Formats: sequence, structure tokens, C-alpha cells
Amino acid sequence: MSTNENNERRGKAPAGERVADWADGRLGIYSLAKSNMRKIFPDHWSFMLGEVCLYSFLIIILTGVYLTLFFHPSMNEVEYHGSYVPLQGQLMSEAFSSTLHISFDVRGGLLIRQIHHWSALIFLAGMFVHMMRVFFTGAFRKPREINWLFGFLLFVLGMFTGFTGYSLPDDLLSGTGVRFTEGAILSMPIVGTYISFFLFGGEFPGHDFVARFYSIHILLLPGIMLGLMVGHLILVFYHKHTQFAGPGKSEKNVVGMPLLPVYMAKAGGFFFLVFGVIAAIAAVTQINPIWAMGPYRPDQVSTGAQPDWYMGFAEGLVRYMPGWEINFWGHTLVLGVFIPLMLFGLVLAAIALYPFIESWVTGDKSEHHILDRPRNAPTRTAFGVAWVTVYMVGLVGGGNDLIATHFNLSINDVTWFVRIFFFAGPVIAFLVTKRICLGLQRRDRDKVLHGRETGIIKRLPHGEFIEVHEPLSQEQLHTLTAHHQYEPAEIGPTVDENGVERKVKGSEKLRVKLSNAYYGEDNQIPKPTVDEYKEITSGHGHH
Amino acid sequence: MSSQDIPEENLPAEQDHAHAAVTVADEKNPFADPGLPPHEHRIQDIDERAAKRSERVVALLFTVSMLATVGFIVSYVAIPHDKSIFVFPIGHVSALNFALGLTLGTALFCIGAGAVHWARTLMSDVEVADERHAIAASPEVRAQVHADFKQGAKESAIGRRGLIRTTMFGALALVPLSGVMLLRDLGPLPGTSLRHTLWAKGKLLVNMNTNQPLRPEDVAVGSLTFAKPEGLEEAQEDFQNEIAKAALMIIRLQPDNIKDKRELEWSHQGIVAFSKICTHVGCPISLYEQQTHHVLCPCHQSTFDLSDGARVIFGPAGHALPQLRIGVNDEGYLQALGDFEEPVGPAFWERG
Repeated sequence: MSTNENNERRGKAPAGERVADWADGRLGIYSLAKSNMRKIFPDHWSFMLGEVCLYSFLIIILTGVYLTLFFHPSMNEVEYHGSYVPLQGQLMSEAFSSTLHISFDVRGGLLIRQIHHWSALIFLAGMFVHMMRVFFTGAFRKPREINWLFGFLLFVLGMFTGFTGYSLPDDLLSGTGVRFTEGAILSMPIVGTYISFFLFGGEFPGHDFVARFYSIHILLLPGIMLGLMVGHLILVFYHKHTQFAGPGKSEKNVVGMPLLPVYMAKAGGFFFLVFGVIAAIAAVTQINPIWAMGPYRPDQVSTGAQPDWYMGFAEGLVRYMPGWEINFWGHTLVLGVFIPLMLFGLVLAAIALYPFIESWVTGDKSEHHILDRPRNAPTRTAFGVAWVTVYMVGLVGGGNDLIATHFNLSINDVTWFVRIFFFAGPVIAFLVTKRICLGLQRRDRDKVLHGRETGIIKRLPHGEFIEVHEPLSQEQLHTLTAHHQYEPAEIGPTVDENGVERKVKGSEKLRVKLSNAYYGEDNQIPKPTVDEYKEITSGHGHH
Repeated sequence: MSSQDIPEENLPAEQDHAHAAVTVADEKNPFADPGLPPHEHRIQDIDERAAKRSERVVALLFTVSMLATVGFIVSYVAIPHDKSIFVFPIGHVSALNFALGLTLGTALFCIGAGAVHWARTLMSDVEVADERHAIAASPEVRAQVHADFKQGAKESAIGRRGLIRTTMFGALALVPLSGVMLLRDLGPLPGTSLRHTLWAKGKLLVNMNTNQPLRPEDVAVGSLTFAKPEGLEEAQEDFQNEIAKAALMIIRLQPDNIKDKRELEWSHQGIVAFSKICTHVGCPISLYEQQTHHVLCPCHQSTFDLSDGARVIFGPAGHALPQLRIGVNDEGYLQALGDFEEPVGPAFWERG
């Protein structure tokens, strides 16, 4: 290659191209851009839920860095002399007083604090809804199971990052939450007191937890989350996006608009939309007014104390659990607190591990890029709704005092309702959801076989009234019949080819049972076949 | 914008046709994938005037964003940080926060709205299909990688030289222990510290609000008084730790109303002192119902009957509130007759 020729070209090329060439020579960006610049992204409203999470996370990092410039993570007691008059002269930790400083003396400090807190709530809500989107459409199936786990970890870590974050101001409300956490840690058998003493540097509250939570909140957890999030996005790029069934869409392709320019403009623009909306919310809606709660004192409390919403589920578990305690050999097993602590982990683990259970039941090893409509996976959808019900019952239980005071109900009745519904709720939700899914499957089947109800009633010459059905287009027929239906598994022959009896393993029996619960008769409506369609359409003739 | 405004030659003749008749192209398999539907033009694709209008809308949004940023800077400089204004229906809010938030929100939102409107109306909306490729490697690649790995392992001799292998795993397994050891000084060992509070024989009960020692006559029937041990002052360094265990609730009952025998013994003229720290997870109990002598923890609604040894009558708490044995000293002040006999606050493994 002649350098002259190269230089000549460079001399002519516009500045942007020259910079790109320079970078390519060092980073190889062109091969990266070749595969990604015009990468196709399908369009569906539910695909923006993950974007909400990504953007609110970025907003949290931006505003969080700003807040660290002013916040003092210290529990040293100081006397307040700032501009919020009602608290002047009060003893409080430096953490609390610097938060007051941010809220009242730093211009725009309150806005950034409120954006930070609102973004955190929206981030967690976004992740929850995004996770449900992925769950109910079966987007977690092969090859995306690992990305599902990444997302799940982000949700769990997000909860703890949020918790350590709102505990930092050391106000009366968050301090009460920290005390609750300490009580929960103490309930752990054998190691509880040790973990508590190591976490708080001795007895509660001590002088250390703000500084320790601070490094966990701004470095440790967000660092891990950033890594997971980058991994999550790389995998989204690598696997390519899922899509719903429809004309022209298959497991082998992805249909949509190219990254440059459409998706970039939409997704980039969406960042600003999310940021703008959160800034507006922070302008008009007060959040966590720590000055109204005052500094933390372990012997004081306010009524109606509530954690941020994503902790409400754990709060609920603790509230409606009966106070069981077992004393033996000089030890106490604090089941009343320890069981909720375990349930908190188990309920979360149930949804995290679900993809692996389903793939074990189906035995399906193929890749899935076409999304399920929730109705076409009735058992999965019913399980998901049951899980959400458990979560929501927890949230209701966590707010039992507010529900009682707002609706003039007895707190005891609300608690008992929640106790019963913790068990009954998911069962009812499961059965009802499954019914609804099967009903919708039947309706799809009818629509395919008999066409769309037009709402037109026709009177025939001999007086009979008929309802005119309009046959569906091939696009619609394809969309409604594109989903794969599994056959229920069967226990294979119990004797091998030599006639020797084979032992059927318990796990195999369980798998077959579950498979029948998923795909057996009455657990899914067989989709119409081409033959059925032809028979009916030729029989009826033309309406 | 009605369709009459569009020049005739720009109207796609095919567009209506596609919707009118329902045709099943594939006679053999009516459910077969008919392929991507033909692209439907937007009004901006066929009418340059509509496209111009879109362009102006986008430019307007970007301009509003610029103005809003100017508004942000002006607000930052001009509005005093302690000014409060009334905004219907929110109420009184900080003027600066309100102005900064709305201008920043507008500036950001308009950039987003502009970009999205641009993408939706002016950028190509022709759907394109990309091929997917199998993620798993081909059998050849798989075989090659396995062979390479085996070769590498063989060259390292890790399989053959068991001594190296075992000691390496041992070293790697042990080395994190140093990190675990370093965590030891995060805090002292619990010891018996959770069993003791500042209360001791002879300590006076000091009213939390007035900071004065309490006399029996200061405690009226039906009132709830919070107390701390004498000598514990708010400015002390360990105040928070000590009050977290020593906080006391004092109420006066009619001695006849006290159902629990020990409670009666440990009381003085119907005055009883209980730990204020909930035995569930440690919230300070604050709600007292005069008529029933029930106290309720506002955090998780554990309810205790103070006329019956503070036993749990509702909620998630697992055991009764510890009672402090009290009496009166020579000068007529209420005093403790010892520490709590059991640990206060949440239960733990060593509590017993």
C-alpha cells in the first residue's frame, strides 16, 4: 500500500472521517460499526420499559455524583445552624445537617436530591415492570436465561442500593428502617448478633453505619450494577432483540428499524423524555422531606412510617407474620422475623429460577426469539400473576396502617385479611388467570376458524337472522397461529429393548406431571389446524 | 389535514386496495407467513408540505428547549433560595426548586420530544429484516476448541502433576481467608452487651421532656410518660446507643386493674415502667390507648396489654415488653430497683 495514496485520500477526507480513520487504526471501530450501526431494532411499546430503567440509572449516577460533592457521610453530632429555622440549635449527625444544607442552602440542591430519589423509585418500578414484560412474553427462554439473571440481580441490588441510599440522611424515618433491618439481622440464628455488631461497629446505632452504607451505596453496589448493566446491554445486542409473531417475522430474522438513525433518535430522545419528566416531577412533587421528620433518635418514631415502595413487600411480610418465638437450651429462634426474612429471599428466588424450571419441563433446547402472547402460555402466565399477587399482598400488608387509617378499617382486620390472602391470593389469581388465558385462546381459535365478528346482522329471504363474520386476512391468520404448542410429556416405555424393566426416576415422574399441568388436555386450547380451517371455510361457503 | 390537500399524483393508488379485499394468497396453507406487508406511506412521505410542518415542529421543540435552559440560568441567578410561593394545587413550595425543575424538565423534555418526532415523521420508517445467526458454534469450531483446551491442559501437565494441582488449589482456597480475617475489627463481639442497659439499683427515673427526676405524684392516671436513667444527657457521645436500650414508658394504673401478679409486685402505687423498645424489631412504641391500657408500636402494629404484664395481644412481636422494677427512694423520687431482668428490644439467638 502506498502511503502517498493514503495521504492524498486523507487530505481530501472531511474531518469526521479522518478522526474515524484514526480511531479505527487503533481501536478497530469499523468492524464494530459494520455489524452494529445499521443493526435492526424491532418496535413495540413494551420494549421501552427497559430503556426507562437504563435512563433512570444514568440519571441516578449523574445526580448522585453531584450530591456527593455536598454530603458528609459522618455521624458526628453537630449543632445545626443552617437556614432551616425550626431545627436551629438541635443536635444532629453531620449526615443529617449536610442533607439539610443540600436542601436549603445549595441552590438547586433540593431539585437534584428530589430527582435522585424520584429516579430511584422509577428505576425500581421500571425494572419490576420490565421484568414482568420479559416474564409474561417468555423472553427469558433460551438463549436469554443468563440475561434474565443479570436483570434479576440488577433488581435485587437496586433494592439494596435504594435502601442504603435513603438511610444516609440519618433522619427519623430512615433510622427507623435501619433499626428494623438491625432487628431482622438479629433474628438470624447463630450469626445474627455477630453480623449486627460487625455491620454497625458495635451496638445499634453506633457511629459507623452512615459511613459504611455510604461506600456501599455510592461505590460497591453501583459498581457491580454498572458492570451487570453493561453485560445486560452487550447480551441484548449480541442476542438481538426478540419480536412478536407477525407477517414476515420468524425465529430466523429480526424485523424493525436500523439503529442509525431511527432507533438512535428514538432511544436517545427517550433519555431526554425520561429525564425531563423526572425533573418536572421533582419540581412539583416533594419527596422525603427529611426536615419534617427530624434527626434520628432510637427512642422516637413517627406514625405511618413506610419504606420506599420496593421495600414494602419485605415490610409487609414482617408485619403480617405471627410473632412465633421458640426458646430452647438457652437460645431463641425468632421465627416471627426470620421466616419473613427467608420468604423475602425465597419469593425473589422463585421468579429468578423460573426460566430453568420451565425449560426443564418442556425439555426444549431450541432458541426462541419470537415472543409468546401471555395467553398462549396459560400456566406460565398464571404462575406469573400468582407471583405478582404475592408481591402485591406484601405491599398491601406493608401499608396496613395507612389502609386502616385512610379507609377507616380495623388494623387487625386488614392484617388478618392479608394473612389469609398471602395463601389464598396466589391460588385464586392462578386459577382465574388460567381461565382467562384459556378463554382468550378459545376466542383466537374462533376468530381464525370463523372470522371476525362484524356486528352486521343479515336477514335471509326466509326470515332467518345471521351474523356476518368476516374472514381474517392471511396476515392475521398467520399471527394468530404462529405460536408453537408443546405436547405433554409422557413417561417413555418402562421396559427397554431387551424387555428389561427400567426404573422410572422420581424426577421424571414429576417432569411428566408438570408437563401435563402445562400442556395437557384442558391446560391449553389446541390451535386450529389448516385442515380444520379448510373444512369450515369450504363448508360454510361465502357469507 | 384532510386528504384533499395532498396533490393527486402523490396519492398511493395501492393503499386502499390492500385493505379492502381479504385474500388468502396461499391456497395450500392459509396460515403460512405471507412475508412483510408492503410499506405504508406516512403523510410526510408523500406530501412535502407535511414534511415541512414536521420539520418546523421539531425545530420549535429544540428552540423551546434552548429558551428553557436560559430560563433555568435566569431562575438560578434571580430567585432567592428561601423564597416560597403558592402554586395551586400543590400548595406552598420553594420558588427556586419549582422554577429550576420546570425549566430543566422542559429543556430536557423538548429535546426528547423533538428527536422522537423527527424519527417518527421524517426518518425512514421502512421496516427491514436482519438475519439471525445461531449462537452455538459449529461442530468443527467446537471440536477445535476442545482439542486446543486439551492440548493446553496437557502442556501444563496439571493432570499429571497432582502435587502441584493439589497445593495450588489449597493455596487459592486459603488466601481469601486473610480478607475474611480483616473484617474481624468491623465491630466488637456482642458479648453480653445486649443484656445490659444503663438502669441499675438506685438510678432515678428522669422525665425525657423536662429532664427532671420523676415523683410518683407527677404521673397521672391515663398519662404516658417517657423516661431515661439519670445521668444520661443528649450531648453525650454514647447517648444514642444507651437510649436505644434504656428508653422507658411509664404509666399509672389502678392497682386493682393490674392483672399480672409480678407486674403488680414490680410497680409502685400502680405506676409501672416498661421498656419502650418493641420486642419485634426494635421500634420505639409510642401509641397508648388510655381506656384499655394497650400500647401499639406504630411500625408493625404489635399491640401489648400494659395491665397484663405487657403481653402481646396482636401483631408480629414474639414476647412481652420487659418490665423495670421500680420503687421510691428516701427523697420521694421514683428509682429503678435494678436493671431489666431480660434483654430489651428484638429477640436474638443468644437471648434464651
